[in-house]
Amino acid sequence: MCWARRLVGSSAVRNFKALLLTAYCLVLGADPAWAGSARVWFPDNLSSVGSQVDQMFLVILWITGIIFLLVEGALLWFLIRYRQPANPRAAYVHGCRSAEVIWTVIPAIIVTSLAFASQRVWAHIRGTPPAHQLEVEITAEQFAWNVRYAGPDGRLHTEDDLELINQLHLPVDQVALVHLKSKDVIHSFFVPQFRMKLDAVPGLTGRLWVQPIKPGQVEMVCAELCGLGHYRMRGYVTIESAEAFQSWLEQTRVEQSL
Amino acid sequence: MTQSPSLLRRYVFSTDHKIIGIQFLFTSLAMLLIGGALAMLMRWQLGWPSQPLSWMGQLAPNGMPGGVMVPEYYNMLFTMHGSVMIFFGIIPILVGAFGNYLIPLKIGAPDMAFPRLNMVSYWLMWPAIVIMFLGFFLEGGAAAAGWTSYAPLSVTLGPGQTCWVVSLLFVGTSSIMGSINYITTVINHRAPGMTFFRMPMSIWALFITAIMVLCATPALASSLVMLLLDKTLGTSFFMPSGLIVDGVALAHSGGQPILWQHLFWFYSHPAVYIMILPAMGMISDILPTFARKPLFGYHSMVYAIAAIAVLGFIVWAHHMFVSGMNPALGTSFMVATMVIAVPTGVKIFNWLATLWRGSIRMTVPMAHACAFVAMFLIGGLTGIFLASMPVDMYVHDTYFIVGHLHYVLFGGSLFGAFAGLTYWFPKMFGRMMSERVGKLHLLLTLIFFNGVMFPMFLLGINGMPRRIYDWSQYAHLAHLGPLNRLMSLSAFLLFASQLLFIGNFFWSLFKGKQAPANPWEATTLEWTAAPSPPPHGNFERTPHVYHGPYEYSVPGSSQDWLPQNQAPSDK
Ligand SMILES: [Cu+2]
Ligand SMILES: [Cu+2]
Repeated sequence: MCWARRLVGSSAVRNFKALLLTAYCLVLGADPAWAGSARVWFPDNLSSVGSQVDQMFLVILWITGIIFLLVEGALLWFLIRYRQPANPRAAYVHGCRSAEVIWTVIPAIIVTSLAFASQRVWAHIRGTPPAHQLEVEITAEQFAWNVRYAGPDGRLHTEDDLELINQLHLPVDQVALVHLKSKDVIHSFFVPQFRMKLDAVPGLTGRLWVQPIKPGQVEMVCAELCGLGHYRMRGYVTIESAEAFQSWLEQTRVEQSL
Repeated sequence: MTQSPSLLRRYVFSTDHKIIGIQFLFTSLAMLLIGGALAMLMRWQLGWPSQPLSWMGQLAPNGMPGGVMVPEYYNMLFTMHGSVMIFFGIIPILVGAFGNYLIPLKIGAPDMAFPRLNMVSYWLMWPAIVIMFLGFFLEGGAAAAGWTSYAPLSVTLGPGQTCWVVSLLFVGTSSIMGSINYITTVINHRAPGMTFFRMPMSIWALFITAIMVLCATPALASSLVMLLLDKTLGTSFFMPSGLIVDGVALAHSGGQPILWQHLFWFYSHPAVYIMILPAMGMISDILPTFARKPLFGYHSMVYAIAAIAVLGFIVWAHHMFVSGMNPALGTSFMVATMVIAVPTGVKIFNWLATLWRGSIRMTVPMAHACAFVAMFLIGGLTGIFLASMPVDMYVHDTYFIVGHLHYVLFGGSLFGAFAGLTYWFPKMFGRMMSERVGKLHLLLTLIFFNGVMFPMFLLGINGMPRRIYDWSQYAHLAHLGPLNRLMSLSAFLLFASQLLFIGNFFWSLFKGKQAPANPWEATTLEWTAAPSPPPHGNFERTPHVYHGPYEYSVPGSSQDWLPQNQAPSDK
């Protein structure tokens, strides 16, 4: 790659590179938050299935990461090793059956196993839900989340239901079954810390179960473009102990009946 | 000048495939620039949320009053950015410009099978473009439902959204006309001796792409018509009963919002391949030329493209794993999507093997081709994350997918387009481009492209949703300011770097060194049988083809390329 050397060596480019580097560093360094900020990676996991999602992600990251390094490495190596000055005459080769079989079969095995592994996790998360202790109905609308809990009769859509806006409380360790609806356009229920997402489609009722594993205060995000207020369609998720949840439920019920 | 066609007929309403190709080229380059500028405004808002940009206050008083962007305008920006880039930029440059310019020249035909249809297919682009941008000047502004235009949102939006639908109907008609033309030309107008398996990969890719366009676009067209009827005549293809929008109960009933997604992705997933296969084809032509070595595994490259095309039609619902469709349905789409990685891998490995033991001339088109391989690889590998349903459940509709699609469509399609453009520029305009400026442009583009697109994966991992006007209010995203500013700065520099290309393009057009007929010492007909630029009718006499397209470094011959039309006797 003599051109690269010549290019890198030329003074105009050297100056430009210096300028560039300075500009980049300015942006990075000018922000004191950068150095001390939270790590730029997955948010905390708060659901029973989140670790499986993360694990699947990491497995794929390792596999694709290794392939990435091998291929990019080979590409660079070939470009340097077989540049014209180093190798004036190319080989006259049209292909190699066995090599081609190898790089067809091995990727096929890898992706099929990934599909099987993914299917197992998926079936666990989105298959038949386990027995639930709590039912919640979430109805999305432009641009809010309406959350409905059953009253003392334990059934949704009766007189004594509890209705809240943008407030979702869940007891830790209990399985909650979420019924997801929409009044107007498509929204998407997304709690990053649960690693879960499901569209709220008008005319359909989505079903999702979640079992929080740690108490915490997080946000739910609308992940499907739903109009001009899409960006501020934010709800608050509170995960608390079963007792705290019960007393919150009682208290809110009293407040609403006033 | 005796009885020559008028200037208007020759350069504007021309039926010459080369002129039409160049018209597509200039139009799509201009559109890429406009689409890029829209993205710059988005990057401003994302890097420095709600900071005023005073001069934009004058340019777009409704969208950015006092220079501060309003959320509606942001939604219009990403909608128009996506639509303009895909429908007016990438598809026209790869399929329209290169398809038109290359197909007759590379198969040894004097012109397309239907030159007039060809002309109409170009001129239909203009009403499409005008109508699309008209939205900005209507009440409520341009389309703002994303380039995917999901119902019911798209049905409830104003006249700008209707413009979007009508515009795409024109684009679709243009595509269908073009594809019929390409398919017929490739089947019927190949020069004697140009068997299917002597066709260069770029022609194979364009041929298969045209078949995909012909099969997929009618699905888009029909769903657009349904959307238009829902919007204007009150039908309910995509609208269920009981909708209450803005406090008003709508009269629709009986429709199904997810139907739109099925129909849209039935077109738009193949469209991804429509946008990448031609680039893959061109890369497969450029790598052997500059490695001075036959393409590794030519036949399997053809079968890989065919396999991608076929599989491309049965993977569409991988965009819908969390759409609320039956979760069990996802499995078959996941498997098909995973399997599509296999032929894609074959292509990448064969490109690598083409370089292996080559004698590599690092010209500007070659450097772009290598950048294509390096960047498209990232696009392809990140696709595997999205194919895995549980992982997709987390990263779907986050910046992870925005990063993925930009590695495919910029890292892939646009680096491919740059490679093709710098490769065929001497043939198109009879002049050489500046190598020095070209290399600087590539280097900067590569750096800044990664500077803006790679962090997107990190944003996605952090759970940052796409299409968000202001991310800074969310607790789990609050620490992403520096990263977002780095991306914005890279984006501005990426945009600025394109000035180098524009400068090089126009400078070379008028002042570049005169190009010989075959400056790259290539084997295919456009280089070996026609001057630069080729005259109307392309070839003085119909070339006869004796060899495959990649006969480089044939042992026992002094020159290291064997033209496709060189008769075996005159060796
Ligand atoms: Cu929403
Ligand atoms: Cu797709």
